[in-house]
Amino acid sequence: MLIKIQNLNVAYGRKKVLENVTLTLSKNEIVTIVGPNGSGKTTLFKAIIGSIPIKSGSVVIKQNLKIGYVPQVLNIDRSLPLTVERFLELAKNKNDQGFLRAQQILESDDLLSSQISNLSAGQLQRVLLGYALMNEPDVLMLDEATRGLDQPGSAAFYKKIEEIRESTGCAILMISHDLHVVMSASNRVICLNGHICCQGEPKSVAASPEYTSMFGSKVEGTFALYQHDHNHSHEGKGI
Amino acid sequence: MLDDFIVRAALAGIGVALAAAPLGCFVVWRRMAYFGESTAHAALLGVSLSLMFEFSIFLGAIFVSLLMASLVTLAQGRSLFLDTLLGVAGHMSLATGLVVVSFISGVRIELMAYLIGDILSVSKTDLLLIWIGLVIVLVLIFWRWSALLLCTLNEDLATSSGLNPRRESYALTVGLAIVVAVGIKVVGVLLIISMLIIPAASARSLVSTPEKMAALASLIGMLSAILGLNASYVFDTPTGPSIVCVASLIFIITLILSFFVEQFSAVIKNKKES
Repeated sequence: MLIKIQNLNVAYGRKKVLENVTLTLSKNEIVTIVGPNGSGKTTLFKAIIGSIPIKSGSVVIKQNLKIGYVPQVLNIDRSLPLTVERFLELAKNKNDQGFLRAQQILESDDLLSSQISNLSAGQLQRVLLGYALMNEPDVLMLDEATRGLDQPGSAAFYKKIEEIRESTGCAILMISHDLHVVMSASNRVICLNGHICCQGEPKSVAASPEYTSMFGSKVEGTFALYQHDHNHSHEGKGI
Repeated sequence: MLDDFIVRAALAGIGVALAAAPLGCFVVWRRMAYFGESTAHAALLGVSLSLMFEFSIFLGAIFVSLLMASLVTLAQGRSLFLDTLLGVAGHMSLATGLVVVSFISGVRIELMAYLIGDILSVSKTDLLLIWIGLVIVLVLIFWRWSALLLCTLNEDLATSSGLNPRRESYALTVGLAIVVAVGIKVVGVLLIISMLIIPAASARSLVSTPEKMAALASLIGMLSAILGLNASYVFDTPTGPSIVCVASLIFIITLILSFFVEQFSAVIKNKKES
């Protein structure tokens, strides 16, 4: 067990954000958290890394667990000159193996000398993912990592995540809005709305009434999207 | 050598410039310019209190700017109108400071010296305090450099690697209070913020990494202090404002320079591609 959360309650002032959340993450697992805006997804992440106080319950992290955190954005002001290479060097407990992995994620060496403020959304996501791999993490935590990417872009991104899991064996905990893409890649999906509405294998969650009521009529279309293949091209077939 | 007031003034100016420049980079990156300005304004209250009760103005200034900065840091996250709060607290202290000074007889004439600095009257003790402040600020910045950078980029990212962003930003606040306190003699509470942000802003367009920016900003700050002192000697102008004028001039030059560099590199790129 890498992360074990029991009956977690978090409140901002009087407003309850998380109620009785219980959740575990084991080695090699991919767990995805879905939920509407304001459902406490990011708060749950903050509670895990310890950046906000918890009201009651417990968050137990395995000793010496290395977390690779992939945030949504960097607050990089244009006044801050920072190359990708220098950014990667900021990582704590980095090692050569991690740097190799980060380089693989970046795909091109040209990116290393680029200024972070000039990157496109897709490039920035790769850089952030690369940074998270610098210390060879046991757990990767991704907070809506594909925000700003188009559908093929996010599909490619999740494929990468899958590859990382296979080659490094790290567990993955992610928050996502791209239900269709995400679900195919996850072992377990957790539907969060202040409390955990339902959880389980992707297919069973998608079929559950809690999930349908939360994501409305769009779900059917989404699920269909999830089921059909995107590994062939339509070129020249005149659909 | 230290008996010459010009030498003392030059060393004081260089000391403040060197402390302000790297710290100023963080002020610029974290968009804390207004925070710095308010902290500096608040320092005047510390100055007037120390004049009233006759203790070191360094201590008074450090104490009040730290107090002000701590209160604001505490309010951060709890209040949505931080900007307004800063404006209220900074100017309240400035105004109170001015009023307090008016009760002390004979000090009124001296007031200008604390507002725009009086570098030519720097004593050996002042000089020692400035350089002690410089060493503390530099040690703080070097020691916390990577941590501060990471916290600037993303607080959750920093927390997940075991840092405490609140503590880091407090370290920055302490550094800021020290720079304000040592800068009062040199450029005064009204102009100290310019020693923080102008050299950093000038360096920005010419560098590619944060370290180079801090180094170049220090160089520019130092140059401004020396040239400004010279200019004030030659043209018989107030020294603090002269230093800031030189810094601003360098800023404008680097702005023009970076424009041409950009144009030039665009032309080269086009040639390569065609």
